[in-house]
Amino acid sequence: MNRARALIAALVVACAITGGAAWAQDPRLEAAKKEGKVVWYTSLVLPSAEKVAKLFEAAYPGIKVEVHRTGSQRIIQRVMQELQANIKTVDVIHTSDAGHFVMLKDKKLLAQYTPAGTDKFPAGFKDKDGYYFGLRATVNVIMYNTKSVAAAEAPKTWKDLLDPKWKGKEVTAHPGYSGVTATHVLALVHLYGWDYFKQLGQNRVMLTQSANDPPTVVASGERIIAVNGGEYSAYQLKKKGNPIEIVYPKEGVPLVVSPTAIAAFAPHPNAARLFTDFTFTRDVQQVMADSEGLYTGHPEVKYPADKPKLGELKLLTVDADELEKRNEEIKKRFVEFFGA
Amino acid sequence: MERSLPVWLLAALLVALLILLPLAWLVVLSLSTGAGAGLGSYRAALTDPQLGKALWNTIVLAFWVGAFSLAIGAPMAWLTARTDLPGKRTIRALMLASFVTPPFLGAFAWVMLAGPNAGLLNKLYREVTGAQEPLLNIFSMPGLIFAVTLYTFPYVFIMIANTLELIASDLEEAAAILGARRVTVALTVTLPMVAPAIASGFILAVLQALALFGSPAILALPAGFHTITTQIWSYFQYPPKVELAAAASMPLLVATALLLWLQKRLLGRRGYASVGGKTGQRRGIALGAWRWPAFAGCLAVMACSIFLPYGVLAKAALSRAWAQPLSWDNFTLANVWFTFWQYSATQSAVVNTLELGVMTATVGALMAAVLAYTVNRRLVPGAQFLPFLVLAPVVIPGVVLAVGLFIAYTRPPLVLYGTLWILFAAYLTKELPVGYSQSDATFRGVHTDLEEAGRILGAGRLRVLREITAPLARSGIIATWCFIFIGVIRELSASIILFTPATKVISVVIFDLKEEGQFGAIAVLGLFMLLVTFATVTLMQALLGRDVLGVRE
Repeated sequence: MNRARALIAALVVACAITGGAAWAQDPRLEAAKKEGKVVWYTSLVLPSAEKVAKLFEAAYPGIKVEVHRTGSQRIIQRVMQELQANIKTVDVIHTSDAGHFVMLKDKKLLAQYTPAGTDKFPAGFKDKDGYYFGLRATVNVIMYNTKSVAAAEAPKTWKDLLDPKWKGKEVTAHPGYSGVTATHVLALVHLYGWDYFKQLGQNRVMLTQSANDPPTVVASGERIIAVNGGEYSAYQLKKKGNPIEIVYPKEGVPLVVSPTAIAAFAPHPNAARLFTDFTFTRDVQQVMADSEGLYTGHPEVKYPADKPKLGELKLLTVDADELEKRNEEIKKRFVEFFGA
Repeated sequence: MERSLPVWLLAALLVALLILLPLAWLVVLSLSTGAGAGLGSYRAALTDPQLGKALWNTIVLAFWVGAFSLAIGAPMAWLTARTDLPGKRTIRALMLASFVTPPFLGAFAWVMLAGPNAGLLNKLYREVTGAQEPLLNIFSMPGLIFAVTLYTFPYVFIMIANTLELIASDLEEAAAILGARRVTVALTVTLPMVAPAIASGFILAVLQALALFGSPAILALPAGFHTITTQIWSYFQYPPKVELAAAASMPLLVATALLLWLQKRLLGRRGYASVGGKTGQRRGIALGAWRWPAFAGCLAVMACSIFLPYGVLAKAALSRAWAQPLSWDNFTLANVWFTFWQYSATQSAVVNTLELGVMTATVGALMAAVLAYTVNRRLVPGAQFLPFLVLAPVVIPGVVLAVGLFIAYTRPPLVLYGTLWILFAAYLTKELPVGYSQSDATFRGVHTDLEEAGRILGAGRLRVLREITAPLARSGIIATWCFIFIGVIRELSASIILFTPATKVISVVIFDLKEEGQFGAIAVLGLFMLLVTFATVTLMQALLGRDVLGVRE
């Protein structure tokens, strides 16, 4: 808590010195203040999402951020369900399933908007038509509980997870809920085919919903191996002293770039643009890297020394269009192999 | 022509609309395939192997929950109603606590107690015995049955204890005088007399288990299996298959209706028992040496249902890491701070929940009172059919009702989805049977003499109701209010389908937090919910001056 407060204070000071003056003159500010708030549907892990929201509120007094955090698939379910009933609530949509943004763009539900500063981001973080941009990235990794598994025994590769000796000891997140996991599943299907998951399913793997949950399950010792999960949540837990260790399999780690976009029907468009710009500033992107353990597309962001750089890892990427097209298949096969 | 007739007619029409509209839509949509009318959705639902498995799991769950609830609830009812068991008041108070505890909260607490590896009881077991395998695995069908039974057996208890209280003990005494042993008396005399209550208690428990959403979502999904309610919920994943959800709701609806019909028939035959009410005396059977062991047994059950879960919730609420031992290092108030002041969804959810609770309870209690009055005094033609309609929602499980409401109110002319009103409609419909039963009993107890006196002196029907009947029925109406309020603030199975981010309620926030494994925050919110519930119960007990479970002192 104190850390968060200190960060906010530091950031506010930093803003006041560097960019504060410029922001204050931003002609959108008055309009945004009139709108009063920005509604953010996000799949960013809850404490991190709340932290970003508080930072924004501190930088722009008078504009509130309404955080609605749930899994990627449920965010898209909400958005579509609400539209069907002609309800327009959401301003900024942020999920970890790039396929969603392909679909939303196709349906003309996104506003074209290029956040300030993203011109310097690598190609993998940008939609070529300028509708959505990668706010953050993480990789899917293997995790184990250090109290129950010795480092030498721990699985090193994705295939090691199929070993029957881990039966009843593993946990996975669900692609029907989590975009990080949907991306992960597709990447490994490219590598090994569906047979890999068929075999994994025979290990009686515990199912959680969010990709943030396998790390907490492993940290608590309820299961001792996570067969996937967001590296950033595991990193945070590890930093807090939980008995959890991260393995980066050498065959490659699925990279998940989580895009953000402004809804075409956003009820608070000015606040949405201000907020989106804010989330791409170096300061906020640095916060995500520092305290949240995320990767970002911002070229000036420095990463903690105890984490591998993205460049040092072999990254497995999936195409957003393919992810969108095979969404149903991924969910269906997964349920077939894992039961629910 | 009675001047007040429009009032009664309007109330009756409103109820008909409230209940029939979602049900009609449910049927219509289950029959539409997108390309026109047909049985396509039913075919798709019936041939979906996932749904078949879910249905079977539901049957297994419901049957065993019924059986175990009976195995626990019946002996405890007998012990507290007919014997000289010590600490009866305590047992009853605990029973009430278990009755009002939301089952999903209990299920959640049991994850922390009996998760196969991190669960505290399993850890203890391993430390004591040195065993490798866990003692209990809550993420399994037996685990689910166990966790559901703990909060279902009070229904059986109430059913049987109430009947036992009404039966005079002269038959039992006659048998005892003729030399029968205590167990023989219980089995051959008492048991047959309460058999209808037992059967109907079993059915009630089965119904509870059928309709439950929260506990299976928390315990069955991680284990890789669905029940029918979680399966229906999963049809709402994008792209939503509302037609399939509607079709899948039908077996649940039909099963519930059949079971209730059966229960009514069984209870209708209660006449053969010597339920006289006023005749005869009830004397406690002396348990002798079994007194304290029996008491210990009851406490053990209540420990599983109350002490352990509440204890672990309190621990999680105040710990940094719930699985670590309770120590000063692990103590924190951060969860409380985070839940109420940092997590932006909480405050609005608390406001929404209380607002909905007060609104539904107020409108519901009034409506139930007007309806019960209309029926009891036969104020509209066909009044005798109204109870069927009003009690109909009992056969609609929360998830199914939500599917119906979702379909009905996401399209013109009345788009309520996205507002609190759709939740209000759901809660009102769901709670109406409870409210009605309560009010019905109240008005039956208010004799018509006084009303007639008022009428003869020239007062209109409404004035008599306001000045004579209402004051007499006041405490009953307040009790109805409390019952509805408690039911609303714990509701999850309908809310989970009908909420939007702006209209979240506490139970939905707890469910959201569960998906991320935020145990501390869930525990804080759960305890808050229990606190509000118990405050309401206390208020109700004080107003009624009696035990709300209806068991006589």
